[in-house]
Amino acid sequence: MSELIEALTDPAFPFLRNALFIGLLASAAFGVLGTFVVARRITYMADAMAHCVLGGIGAAVLLRYNYGCSWLHPLWGAWVAALTAALCIGLISFFAQEREDTVISLVWVGGVALGLLFLERAHPPPGEPAIEPLSYLFGDILLITRDDLRLVAILDLVVLVAAAVFYNKLAAVCFDEEFAALRGIPSKVYFLLLLCLTALTIVLLVRVVGILLVVALTTLPAALAGRVARHLWQMMLLAAVLCAALVTGGVLASYHFETRAGPTVVLLAVAAYGAAAAVGAAYRRLRLRRGGPVAR
Amino acid sequence: MSESSPSHTPDSFSVPNASGASEGRPLVEFDRVWFGYGERPVLEDVCLRIMPRQLVCVIGPNGGGKTTLIRLLLGLLQPQRGQVRVMGGPARAASRAIGYMPQHVRFDPLFPISAMEVALMGRLGRRGWRSRLGWYSRDDRKKARDALAAVGMIDQSDEPFASLSGGQRQRVLIARALCCEPELLVLDEPTANVDSMMESQLFATLRALNDRMAVVVVSHDLGFVSNLAERVICVNRRVVEHHSGPLDDEAVQAMYGSSMRVVDHCRAVSHEGCRHE
Repeated sequence: MSELIEALTDPAFPFLRNALFIGLLASAAFGVLGTFVVARRITYMADAMAHCVLGGIGAAVLLRYNYGCSWLHPLWGAWVAALTAALCIGLISFFAQEREDTVISLVWVGGVALGLLFLERAHPPPGEPAIEPLSYLFGDILLITRDDLRLVAILDLVVLVAAAVFYNKLAAVCFDEEFAALRGIPSKVYFLLLLCLTALTIVLLVRVVGILLVVALTTLPAALAGRVARHLWQMMLLAAVLCAALVTGGVLASYHFETRAGPTVVLLAVAAYGAAAAVGAAYRRLRLRRGGPVAR
Repeated sequence: MSESSPSHTPDSFSVPNASGASEGRPLVEFDRVWFGYGERPVLEDVCLRIMPRQLVCVIGPNGGGKTTLIRLLLGLLQPQRGQVRVMGGPARAASRAIGYMPQHVRFDPLFPISAMEVALMGRLGRRGWRSRLGWYSRDDRKKARDALAAVGMIDQSDEPFASLSGGQRQRVLIARALCCEPELLVLDEPTANVDSMMESQLFATLRALNDRMAVVVVSHDLGFVSNLAERVICVNRRVVEHHSGPLDDEAVQAMYGSSMRVVDHCRAVSHEGCRHE
């Protein structure tokens, strides 16, 4: 424990503090948007957007190193790619009535393939560290800078304000799109808004857990919270708290066990979900045996 | 089958709304409406008028076009030929004046939402900046409580929607439709999940609501319809109308054509339902 406190306060290890700050900041957005994603059942769309992020990061890195755009932060590329993917996926879901999932998987693999090719072509100038695609795929908290922190804070705020302002309409569109449309709410616009907010959110934690694993933190805390929450807002609050706890616990554990942070955080989340499911099943069986009413 | 072919009108039926029961301009007007999915026509040459404060039942065999008729009325579908006018304008523009209870809501069974929150959704899309953002006022909450009380669900208003029985959910969805303060209430199969006791309660509720608004009820349940209806509209590709009074077998047979088994089945199911209660 004292070892952890030392590490957190040691000015030589800013990355650990930064990772925890980012985790805590992003958890709020993950709780809110993760709940919408889980309740609307668009996890696979969120996952597709996360994978497309690699294309954006690759393009940004390529432009930065090979074409002299030194101002271009890779996260900007990530956000542009995620938003583009969100719009593509939204339009696909409107127009490709059948085989929607097939077409969406094209966006998914296209983004990843493009990203890897871009990263392969990018040549960092002397003095810069070599590009490690794995660090984007699975996260690398050593790469987190103060710039990342600032960007994440701003986008976090944007996502939360938008979700709060349009909360009831987004909830209505998630619950019953057709009825919302009859009440004069442009359902498709709000669905696109939901996808775009999800895209922005996903990128917030790409640095910590990587694009392949980030969907776990979108869905698992919300799914855990959904087991007990009675209202959408309760589920959001609980999911945010759970997400913060999982990221904090995972990052600290990774420091302690000297493992990569992303997979550690995600394994912790999976373990938590498995435990909750087991406890829930045992509880139901117990109630059944006693002949009491069975909660859902 | 040309557009100008006159719709067949058996002796026992009149041309829709020859009754002239209500004054003023019609709330809903179908003028020679044709609709089909792909090549297959679902509705042919439909003429129909619903006046303010009428209570209309829509019956017909499965696949006969009942739901398509409702979706045209709501402006969710556009007619291929002809015109649908609601409150004097195109159907789509008037959807906010209609309270709609769908037969099914394809919602996630784990969606964490209370009965009250579902009812409140009927208050969306009103004028004013708060409503434009989708924020509910104290007045909205009061209206939602009143609507839940009107369908007898006020005691369950804080219950999760997913934990309610099928019939209770339907009543909450009726409350949501009432929250729209509609001029026309459209209910798609309100008796599908409702036991016989609830059915008579629903019956009384609809009668009471009919003092304030026009009501269109889609139903399979011929017993329910023949007790309730002021007008009965049968949809089976074409639309024919039967006037109020109990439905005799002859009229039912005429409406459903040769598919008498469908009718028998409906009745058998409703009797069985009674016995179960």
